[in-house]
Amino acid sequence: MDADYLQVTGLTVSFDGFVAVDHVDLVVLPGDLRFLIGPNGAGKTTLIDAVSGLVPATGAVEFAGQSLLGRKVHQIARLGVGRTFQTATVFEGLTVLQNLDIAAGSRRRALSLLRRRPGVPEEVAATLETVRLTELADAPAGTLAHGQKQWLEIGMLLVQDVQLLMLDEPVAGMSAQEKDETGKLLQRIAEEHTVVVVEHDMDFMRAFASSVTVLHAGSVLSEGNVAQVQADPRVQEVYLGPGHSAAEAEAVFTDAGDGR
Amino acid sequence: MTKLLSNRWAVLGGFAIGVLVLFVVAPATLSGFRLGLLAKYLCYAMVAVGIGLAWGRGGMLVLGQGVFFGLGAYLMAMHLKLADAGPGGVPDFMALISSDGVPGWWEPFRSPLVTVVAILLVPALAAGLLGLATFRRRVRGAYFAILSQSLAAAFAILLIGNPTGTGGSTGLNNFRGFFGFALNDPVNKQMLFFIAATTLLVMVAVARQLMVSRYGELLVACRDAEERVRFLGYDPANIKTVAYMIAAVMAGVAGALFVPIVGIISPNDVGIVPSIGLLIGVAIGGRTTLLGPVLGAIAVAWAETTLSEAIPSGWIYLQGFLFMLVIAFLPGGLASLSGGWRGFGDRLRRPRTPSPTAPLPAPSGGN
Repeated sequence: MDADYLQVTGLTVSFDGFVAVDHVDLVVLPGDLRFLIGPNGAGKTTLIDAVSGLVPATGAVEFAGQSLLGRKVHQIARLGVGRTFQTATVFEGLTVLQNLDIAAGSRRRALSLLRRRPGVPEEVAATLETVRLTELADAPAGTLAHGQKQWLEIGMLLVQDVQLLMLDEPVAGMSAQEKDETGKLLQRIAEEHTVVVVEHDMDFMRAFASSVTVLHAGSVLSEGNVAQVQADPRVQEVYLGPGHSAAEAEAVFTDAGDGR
Repeated sequence: MTKLLSNRWAVLGGFAIGVLVLFVVAPATLSGFRLGLLAKYLCYAMVAVGIGLAWGRGGMLVLGQGVFFGLGAYLMAMHLKLADAGPGGVPDFMALISSDGVPGWWEPFRSPLVTVVAILLVPALAAGLLGLATFRRRVRGAYFAILSQSLAAAFAILLIGNPTGTGGSTGLNNFRGFFGFALNDPVNKQMLFFIAATTLLVMVAVARQLMVSRYGELLVACRDAEERVRFLGYDPANIKTVAYMIAAVMAGVAGALFVPIVGIISPNDVGIVPSIGLLIGVAIGGRTTLLGPVLGAIAVAWAETTLSEAIPSGWIYLQGFLFMLVIAFLPGGLASLSGGWRGFGDRLRRPRTPSPTAPLPAPSGGN
């Protein structure tokens, strides 16, 4: 298990000369629930795009001793790296069960794919319970409510049996109660996995993060637990502009989630 | 479980009806001439089964299936011409325009076995190479459609430009035998119809198995959100290439049967216009369903013959009109009407909700 950590060293992503991620170093250990925060354009999503192979990058990314940079998206996924997207992307024409079954199956042998699915695989049934979609197993994923789609995406990551989960704004558009349940689910998952969450929702971050990395203009601005990051004057400056008290910062961090 | 079972019974019942219609009703009621025409439509329906798989389920708009149809057809036609000429003989059209004898690349097709294997393998290999080359580079959507269509054009031009090898724009015709059976014998003609009917039923069964299998679910997933499939650890290029290859083999076999049934194959049967013609039946019938493409292709081909007999020049306009009508108002094809008019009304009100009475386990949503 010790080897299953994410190590990012000097990661740089540039688009036609614009540097979106600039020499970022990052280490996330298993059991950590790491939040990536930062203003719009800080490079949070680009960072996980680079780790998951969606955009080319320079530097080094290692997970569980394997170098990820330069590999294709599906090869990285097979090494145990999974991610979700800002807009929940599920297969809308397929049922919830079919969505999960596909997510569970990338290691199946090609010929076994030609057979019909024999009932509900064990791990899929367990995940349906975990994400509370058992009742809706046969419903087309396109008919799910927004929050349920996000849960289905998390469920797809779980059955995919990945060790590193990267979630891009998993609670956007959720109700307070849904956010709470999602947070608890992520904490449970983080006990045995390495979890990275990109999030704008400060309330959610404060409630569930075990560590936080603040990105600004493509670089790491601050890193630590929630209290340390909140107390960091550089972070306060980025979020508030110069010249303000720590109490003001506290207030804004608390309220920021409501404004989003 | 009961749903699965009733589904099974419905499928078996459907096949029984198909067998009854094709093997009992059709031969008893149709004249030899009409039966021959129906056999030709069945060949188009075979191509349609493949298009339904690649386009309807896989989202690949295959506008150039005429290429694979033509590959199968020309391979079969070459063998029939060589067999007619006898051992070591030169086919009649070649002897007329050149004195060089039979080209070297024709020789292997004197053997019936090599021909049959080639009819299965050549379209599969061509589609496999083409599919990997394009899908790996993430060519899709309209770009893939244009590419496949231009291939059909190039293929037709290649055939026309090589009169000694392929008969040029006249193509290959005037076949006398089919693996030792005389083609002018009505009994053998009926047998060809039965072969075509059996082949079609087998293809429909294969397509159904693929649709309900895990592979079929994966293919629909690729159609709806290809990028997401990638992040689950699959390479969509491989998944799509397999469907494209199966569609190509179906088109190749259809072409090979078309040759003895119709008695001629020419560039006019494989270029852009016939390739689109093959697609129209699939669109009208309902591309995402199992039987929609088959029935659509047969209906369109039948309508073409009937209307061409009455108003020779009118068909092409009606075909275009039908195509536009279906694309504009019934994107799911006529199969989306299977729920009756009430279902149609529901669709108008909630066009994105899949019909619960769809004949297949998977919904008929578009891409």
